Amino acid sequence: MTQVQDHSPTPQVLNPPLLGISGLNVYYGESHILRNVDLTVGQGQMVCLIGRNGVGKTTLLKTVMGLLSPREGQIRFRNEIITRKSPHQRARMGIGYVPQGREIIPRVTVRENLLLGLEARPQGRKGNDTIPEEIFDLFPVLKTMLHRMGGDLSGGQQQQLAIARALMGKPQLLVLDEPTEGIQPSIILEIEAAVRGIIEATGISVLLVEQHLHFVRQADRYYAMQKGGIVASGATKDLSQEVIQRFLSV
Amino acid sequence: MVLQLIQGLFNGLSIGSVLLVVALGLAIVFGLMGVINLAHGELMMLGAYTTFVVQNTFRPLGEPVFSFYIFAALPMAFLVAALVGLALERGVIRFLYGRPLETLLATWGVSLILRQFVRSVNGSLALSLGVFCLLFFGAWVILSRLRRDWSELRNRVLWGVGILSGAIAFFTHKVLDSNPTFSTLWFSARNVDVTAPPWLRGGIPLGNFQLPYARIFIIVLTLICVVGIYWFLNRSNWGLRIRAVTQNRNMSACLGIPTDRVDALTFALGSGLAGVAGVAIALLGSVGPNTGQNYIVDAFMVVVVGGVGNLFGTIIAAMAIGIVTYLIGSGTIAALLLPIDALKPVTEFFLFFATTSMAKVMVFALIIAFLQFKPAGIFAPKGRTAEL
Amino acid sequence: MTVDILSRSQSLKRERKRQFLLEGIAIVAIAIFLIGVMPLLLTPFRLRLLGRFLSLAIVALGIDLIWGYTGLLSLGHGIFFALGGYAIAMHLQLQLPPGQIPDFFPLYGVTELPLFWQPFYSFPFTLLALILIPSLVAGFLGYLVFRNRIKGVYFSILTQAALIVFFNFFNGQQKLINGTNGLKTDTNQLFGVVVSSQPAQFAFYTATILILILLYVLTRWLTSGRFGRLLIAIRDDENRVRFSGYDPTAFKVLVFAISGGIAGISGALFTVQSGIITPSAMDVAFSIEMVIWVAVGGRGTLVGAILGALLVNYARTFLSEQFAEVWLFFQGALFLIVVTVLPDGILGWLRSWQWGKVRALLGMSAPVVTYPSLEQDPEVQKERQEVGEDGNQ
Repeated sequence: MTQVQDHSPTPQVLNPPLLGISGLNVYYGESHILRNVDLTVGQGQMVCLIGRNGVGKTTLLKTVMGLLSPREGQIRFRNEIITRKSPHQRARMGIGYVPQGREIIPRVTVRENLLLGLEARPQGRKGNDTIPEEIFDLFPVLKTMLHRMGGDLSGGQQQQLAIARALMGKPQLLVLDEPTEGIQPSIILEIEAAVRGIIEATGISVLLVEQHLHFVRQADRYYAMQKGGIVASGATKDLSQEVIQRFLSV
Repeated sequence: MVLQLIQGLFNGLSIGSVLLVVALGLAIVFGLMGVINLAHGELMMLGAYTTFVVQNTFRPLGEPVFSFYIFAALPMAFLVAALVGLALERGVIRFLYGRPLETLLATWGVSLILRQFVRSVNGSLALSLGVFCLLFFGAWVILSRLRRDWSELRNRVLWGVGILSGAIAFFTHKVLDSNPTFSTLWFSARNVDVTAPPWLRGGIPLGNFQLPYARIFIIVLTLICVVGIYWFLNRSNWGLRIRAVTQNRNMSACLGIPTDRVDALTFALGSGLAGVAGVAIALLGSVGPNTGQNYIVDAFMVVVVGGVGNLFGTIIAAMAIGIVTYLIGSGTIAALLLPIDALKPVTEFFLFFATTSMAKVMVFALIIAFLQFKPAGIFAPKGRTAEL
Repeated sequence: MTVDILSRSQSLKRERKRQFLLEGIAIVAIAIFLIGVMPLLLTPFRLRLLGRFLSLAIVALGIDLIWGYTGLLSLGHGIFFALGGYAIAMHLQLQLPPGQIPDFFPLYGVTELPLFWQPFYSFPFTLLALILIPSLVAGFLGYLVFRNRIKGVYFSILTQAALIVFFNFFNGQQKLINGTNGLKTDTNQLFGVVVSSQPAQFAFYTATILILILLYVLTRWLTSGRFGRLLIAIRDDENRVRFSGYDPTAFKVLVFAISGGIAGISGALFTVQSGIITPSAMDVAFSIEMVIWVAVGGRGTLVGAILGALLVNYARTFLSEQFAEVWLFFQGALFLIVVTVLPDGILGWLRSWQWGKVRALLGMSAPVVTYPSLEQDPEVQKERQEVGEDGNQ
């Protein structure tokens, strides 16, 4: 019987959370997928969702992005209710999304894929077509591939492109859905390092779904999901062996 | 002999050009939204009628100006068709997103309405329509500004407002209809004729034949449209957005691309192209309310054969269908084979199909045969996007 | 537990039997009313109109079978309709003294009956042909399209193109089937009775009703059993059907062929009651209109298809008699309204509305949930107790 307590680094009263989800219920048709989910991501915090396959982690992220609309509940971002906003409005408010399966636009060049990331800036793209050097510092491999089609890249390269694309919009919250899924170990480390580097350099918040324990440990807080609900949460440094065995497919 | 073939190819090319402009709009919209617009032919017809109106407006201006009415007609036709298309997308199609078969039926309804509209439009109908739009959308805008709980009230209120403004508009129509200035039909059900400007009459002589300037003009016009669309899709910001949404709608939205505006813009663009095609067909012959129907099914076939989301496939398909239809339909192939005695049965076979309508029978058979080898068109999309 | 389920399934069976019985009684009552009472109420002209509309209701059944149940929107049913019509008309045209040929042939300089006309001398052959020719054409066309997994909008526009092709063919072939003018049937004789005469027309009217009922029962049987469930499965997720080991292509071809055959019967009955068949039966607009009959009534409900066909056709007669112009506007609006506001048609709307009322009366408002809610899930509860919970901080 381990009691897990709240050890989040920032006191929540002073600093309203960047993202706050309360009482979220999501259905696919008649099937109840998410049940009364409450979750917060503080400023500069990295939060990791864990749980076995099919418990609703991806559904939760899709609902945060606005790809699914909840039947009940509220999502607040930067103190604004965004529950009824469309995905593109949320993106422009500063949520960068790196979906499961990368979802690179396949028949558009890498460069254009990156430029599309600029759409998320509050003022839109507006003729801007420069790609900042920092992107290439993080993911040097992309620089050599600018004129390849996005669909021709390998899985790991696509993953890096997807993260880079999300960063192009200068988001305040980065939503990452299993960034290491199906990627060779050496690149996993590279991606992990890049994500850590981004957080250190820009101080953005991250909401992450991950199965890879090493990566999970980078997060400040974790939420564990089971059958569509949050069943446990706490600081990752208190992540016990029991919880790991229960919720991570290691 | 060779000249005959050249002329056949040339005429086929010009038919293919018209098909291409029509199909281009259809193909872009189909690629983006998975929607086939059965009212596309009617947008084309509106373009043709716009040409007619522009021609009549320019006639009093006298010669040097009148000759160039066509250059005013092109943007006007584009604009009229694009605006009607925009209204169609905003008013109907966007509510049917993800239900392509229902969209097909709804656009057919629009097509019927547009055809009858052209037949029975007169001053009073146009004015009462204007009154309706003014009242209905005016009330919409005002109410949405005034009431904070608008989104909940909306459906109920709009029904009421709609019925009320409909009644007022109907009353206006009845009153105005008694006045002859407003009750004369603008076009009526009869066909109207657009006369090509003098510099488009005649043609380049070529042996016994000539290559008409009007057809050359259409080919050039098509070329400009294709290059323009290519440039727009591949070089402009909106083009990149359109391509992104075409390939992955959800992800594009998550990147911050306003997909609804991309839809509206693309639909308007496709409709505008139909309007331009309308100018082209107005130069080829007289125009009636049903004109659009003559071209539209061929244009659909171009989209089917060309494949989704590939400009190049659409071009090849349009040209192939245009040329084959003409070569068979005009009897060119039969005529070419005639001197060879050994091929008599083949010649007779081609003679049987040597009318415009029978050529369509043959071309359809060829298309079905083609689809047995390439069911997704000339350039099939590869990989995970292939699932329609 | 098992006993409970067994008795429940038995009572369900009994319930279904009772429903079928009720339905049967209703059908017989309607048939008696239509055949026995209607002729007394309507003038012969109106009765002939009703007969025509009832024969159109037959093609609506066919459309419902492929669109409502299988999800294939055919815009080319006019082909099969016209093929049926032409088959019966050819037979009627051949009711001549030996040695003569139908009188349009000499106009185009044809002196000998074309070969493919010969078998239509025989009445049994004609009956068979008016069903089989459309089915075979539909089956062949369907096979060529479905085997390449062409579906959705593609299928619809291909059927429309096929329609235009057939139209062009029939329209252009004066020497074979009298081109644009079509084939008249009114003045010909069938079994020694002039087709347009009252008794003959009443016989056709009765036959239409009986065949409509027969085909209704057939389609009802097809759609209510395993076959029907398979069709719906194809409509909703074809790939899953394929991965479950069925071959959707074969079923789609079969159902398209059946639907084509039904359209052929409808065309034949319509032709003898309207007196002429022309290529205009293959008009693009007419074929799409067939779809809207089904949509108005309620697709996926066979009664809806019949009802829709009658309603729309009566509306058309009424409106075009009163104000000719308005009809196209009205029809266009009908398409828009049915698609946007009434996607399940009149019957679907009635059903959902009444169903909601019944449920409200019984006090059961909770929607079906596919798995028990989280709060009652013992596994989750255990998990919570063991691991601890601070979901809402």
